[in-house]
Amino acid sequence: MKAAPFDYVRANHVQHALELLSQWGGEAKLIAGGQSMVPMMAMRLARPVCLVDIDRISELKQFQLHSEHVNLGAGVRQSSVEHSAELCEALPLVAQALHWVGHQQTRNRGTVGGSLSYADPSAELPLASLVLGANIQLESASGGVRSVLASDFFLGPMFTALAEDECLISIDWPVWQGAGIASGFEETAIRHGDFAMASAACQLQVDAHGKITRLSFGVGGVDGTPLVFSDLAVQMHGQTLNEEAARELAHVAASRSQPGTDIHANADYRRHLAEVLLNRVLWKAYQSACKSFSNH
Amino acid sequence: MNFKKTIQLVVNGAAVQRDVEPRTTLLDFLREDLGLSGTHMGCEHGVCGACAVLLDDAPVRSCCIFAVQADDQRVTTVEGLAPKRGQMSKLQDAFCEKHGLQCGYCTPGMLIACTALLAQHPQPTEAQVRDAISGNLCRCTGYQQIVDAVMYATTQGVARESI
Amino acid sequence: MSPFKYVGKHRRAVEHKRFVLGQGRYAADIQVPGMLHVALVASPYAHARIVKVDTSAALALPGVHAVVTGAELSQATDAVLPGVDAPQVKRFAMASDIARYAGEWVAAVVADTRALAEDAAELVVVEYETMPHIMDPEAAIEPNATLVHPAHGSNVIFHRKFVWGKVDEAFEQCEHRISYRVRWARNATVPIETFAVACNWSDATGVLDVWASIQMPKFPDQLAKALRLPGNAVRVHFDVDVGGSYGVKRGLKHSILVGYLARKLGRPVRFVEDRIENMRGGDMQGPDRIFDVEMGFDANGTVQCMRMRALDDIGAYSGRSPLQLGKPVGAIVGPYRIKSVSYDAMAVMTHKTPQEAVRGFGQAPTNYAIETGMDKIARYLGMDRIELRLHNLIGKEEFPYLIPSGTYYDSGDYSTVLGKAMAAGSFEDLLKERDALRSEGLLAGIGISTCLEPSGGNSSFEPLFNPKNETTTWMDSCLVRVDLSGHITALMGTSSSGQSHETLVSTVVAEILQRDPESIRVLHADSLNALPSNSPVGSRMAIMLGGAAAGAAKKIRTKLLAIAAYQLQCSVDDLLYADGQVLHRADQRVLMTWDALVEIAHRKFHLLPDGMEPGLQEKFVWEVPTGGQLPTSDGRVQMYPCHSFESHLVLLSIDPDTCKVTLRRYVCGHDCGVMISPDVVHGMTYGGIAHGLGAALMEKFSYSEEGQLLAGTFMDYLLPSAHEVPSITIVDHCTPSPLTEFGQKGSGEAGYLGSPAAIASAVNDALQPRGASIDALPMTPQAIWTALHSSQLTGT
Repeated sequence: MKAAPFDYVRANHVQHALELLSQWGGEAKLIAGGQSMVPMMAMRLARPVCLVDIDRISELKQFQLHSEHVNLGAGVRQSSVEHSAELCEALPLVAQALHWVGHQQTRNRGTVGGSLSYADPSAELPLASLVLGANIQLESASGGVRSVLASDFFLGPMFTALAEDECLISIDWPVWQGAGIASGFEETAIRHGDFAMASAACQLQVDAHGKITRLSFGVGGVDGTPLVFSDLAVQMHGQTLNEEAARELAHVAASRSQPGTDIHANADYRRHLAEVLLNRVLWKAYQSACKSFSNH
Repeated sequence: MNFKKTIQLVVNGAAVQRDVEPRTTLLDFLREDLGLSGTHMGCEHGVCGACAVLLDDAPVRSCCIFAVQADDQRVTTVEGLAPKRGQMSKLQDAFCEKHGLQCGYCTPGMLIACTALLAQHPQPTEAQVRDAISGNLCRCTGYQQIVDAVMYATTQGVARESI
Repeated sequence: MSPFKYVGKHRRAVEHKRFVLGQGRYAADIQVPGMLHVALVASPYAHARIVKVDTSAALALPGVHAVVTGAELSQATDAVLPGVDAPQVKRFAMASDIARYAGEWVAAVVADTRALAEDAAELVVVEYETMPHIMDPEAAIEPNATLVHPAHGSNVIFHRKFVWGKVDEAFEQCEHRISYRVRWARNATVPIETFAVACNWSDATGVLDVWASIQMPKFPDQLAKALRLPGNAVRVHFDVDVGGSYGVKRGLKHSILVGYLARKLGRPVRFVEDRIENMRGGDMQGPDRIFDVEMGFDANGTVQCMRMRALDDIGAYSGRSPLQLGKPVGAIVGPYRIKSVSYDAMAVMTHKTPQEAVRGFGQAPTNYAIETGMDKIARYLGMDRIELRLHNLIGKEEFPYLIPSGTYYDSGDYSTVLGKAMAAGSFEDLLKERDALRSEGLLAGIGISTCLEPSGGNSSFEPLFNPKNETTTWMDSCLVRVDLSGHITALMGTSSSGQSHETLVSTVVAEILQRDPESIRVLHADSLNALPSNSPVGSRMAIMLGGAAAGAAKKIRTKLLAIAAYQLQCSVDDLLYADGQVLHRADQRVLMTWDALVEIAHRKFHLLPDGMEPGLQEKFVWEVPTGGQLPTSDGRVQMYPCHSFESHLVLLSIDPDTCKVTLRRYVCGHDCGVMISPDVVHGMTYGGIAHGLGAALMEKFSYSEEGQLLAGTFMDYLLPSAHEVPSITIVDHCTPSPLTEFGQKGSGEAGYLGSPAAIASAVNDALQPRGASIDALPMTPQAIWTALHSSQLTGT
């Protein structure tokens, strides 16, 4: 399986990459880690006429921790986040999600921006970005940078708000401050590292009385994009959670999904999985949050 | 369409420079252009790990990287794991002692993954070993003797002096 | 105290050094100057008439040397015929007028590089006329089903019902009976190395050199025949390292294609399957079997009789595949005293990728079918599954034991092996752990299997399934020579794919000649200078190659003693051979050293006994013990000579909500007689269990109704990783075989033959409290969920 012929240019900075994208029309593609792109090209499912390599652009490899958010360059490797104690502490949900992303060898190349822009419906980082309400920065060939909320970014399977002449340059991941915070990410795949048949993620915060002050949760792999349930989350503010309520919440959320069917899992089973996993992450995170709060 | 590019890498400690088609993967570059046939092709779509090499000391799937992307980087293949000619690394020796291979096809990738593991965790647990090789498929061994080999390597002393 | 010096000891495999250093020599590593490369054009349709193949655009691409169609190939080469009597089911390396499965090769491009060949392959324009296709084996045997090979007249390529013993009477007389169906899904051992072959034709010598990733009996002969070359014009290099096979590396069609191309172009040509070509066009998929079984038994658990009907979907063409229904005849009752059996075996064609030999050659699915029955009987009677097995297992004192289909099992001690597995568990600990897991809210179950591992490769299923094929020779050979320096070299006549044969042979020769095994070199001959071999199949090499190596070494030993006796002018009876020297039997003093004897043999003709050949080299060509007979008219025959045995014990849990299986504990009791290389045997057993785990839980070549292979890459055909395969404990037992030099039996198929049965047993034990069960593999989370869900719906 050898890729079709293509030209290759290494971009020195983002504008350079975007100029090239414009020059080639839709025929050029950006490549960073390449863990999705290269196999697709090997199978000749993707056939860019020119590959613009943005993997050495140092601006894209930076990250800054602020009190309210982490700004992560799109080119930061998944393994760099995984092995950074400060990033994992600031973004526990991202750390939990990364545990499920592929294998060490793919995380050593794959980038955070790459995963988000590839937008596989069962991928972990897109789900985490949706649940955390991340802000995704896109730069265009004209030099302008726009910010798109994760909830507006993922439009369909492998389909995002990225325009043909845009590059995903960084992501602002909200950091939750204070006591009583917990998060959870769970996934069911046939083998560890496989595409998820379904996944669920949540992050929440409770007060001293176990009342939810903040909640966000979603599911992946069970629709054209990952799903987040803001309206259902909002309803839970000021409430405590019990096992029955968690089950009910998971059930209502999961029944909104429209999973597909493939040889590994049919739609009913996937929806069932989404409900099971959502129930688990919600209840576990809630218990953990209450407990952690009482330890302060 | 040709568009060959000149790339320079350091492979197993030696500087190399070649002209390559952009579509040549790092795997094919190592095997065909440099004649280092120890790295193997198993799937060419990033699942089996037989093609694993160290790229700037990190284990990666060489079938998922175009050689041009690896310009200016350091590559270590299985041929570069022995400390010197006539010796084996502690890990290579342990694989031999514990029968951690049969047909040998996945072995280079396994050695690469385990070498990287030991650089981070010199005394890994069995669970850590299994995790480190979870991206490397083997159809001969059932993984048991591979895990045994790594555990053996990390409880032994210096590498054997001669093969 | 072991009677052996080298046999049975820990020893580093000779092969390992080159592999860990990255110095293996696999078929894709072979470089011949001027080599060209092949890519293929495959049919996208399950069944279609090939109307037109336009190669002009492909040929015009710079760097392309040839584009060959199936039409050209079918004129220039002979068809490969099936192993059963079906002369109308012809197979060529590529399709010419009709494509019969999605992925069948239609044209081949030869170019300077593989990448260029793929570019050109995209430019080949094929006009197809699709035709109705048939994918379901049960539909394929209905009247008026679409025919895969109309000239054959039906989709049934083989059908025979064997009746051994008074089956009907036995069923009348027994107190109870059960009947059930199990489905073994199409899977294969899928080596990490795909099939690769390079060929080079020399006009000057008239020889075709072949380097291939091959594990196949009679490969050089069949290749030569198809290419219309004399046998001595094809030189297959058996010293190519094969990256795993476990049965499937049978690239005969690949080699015919490449051999033809090499001769046509006068250039060396290499074809390395990419993974997609391998999965759907490589013809390496395994048994795809529906078993309908009836067992008759008494209230005390004695299983009296069995009716087994096995329907196997062999895909669109036939290689050895129908014969995979035949090998299980040699162990059709498993390890049990079942007195009468009927076996209705049917091989049917559909528009799937052709099936080929897979580890065990049909025994693993058959063991799964038999063991499922034993568990069902136990449940029916409310009897413990282990008690039931102990009640039916053939006893140690009953060997050699004749089974109804005509095979004698040579030796065994099944209940002891089962007992050892249970002690190692320990079974009590497993029960406690199971109960603890259940109390945590998990589903948990213990699985048991007790299974035969026939070994020795007496392939009498060939004449059994095709009376026109009167082949009874199943041999292997070894040549041992001692050179002028006194060093030993042994020559074996086939390839290896991870079985450490060089280690096997050097250990055996060392044991007989009592010389250091590390000093013994073992080489692989090529097919022009090899002695006869039938390849590593059917767990035969420890027996056959081990036996041949021992035989040749013994001849050398005899010769050395004869030289010494002649020197010393005494009788051979006065002498003793020990550690490579000749001693005086009475007082054990050294009379002649190894070096002195070697010197005489090679240099001092004047000191040799009359009529003795100079030098020290002996060959031994050995027919399989108990072999050499044709089947009886009612289909009874001695199949394999030696019978290894395995008893698996598995504890697993199932998450009741996600339905994911986690294997917790795995114990395998194993008896393959004397192990020549214990590390090697253990390795194969671990690997076989992993293969079985994959077959049981996640591997399946799934097809769509449109005839497309859905599991055509490693993203969809799931191979177990180090996370899925648990730690495994092997417990050895040894019941030597009376038929072999050291008492060894074969064990190349170990683990695979019993693990799917054991894992299925455990899953069903876990599901039983919910009133659910599964009788089809693989038992994926989806399948388990469906089983649990449907039992809830029906309230069972």
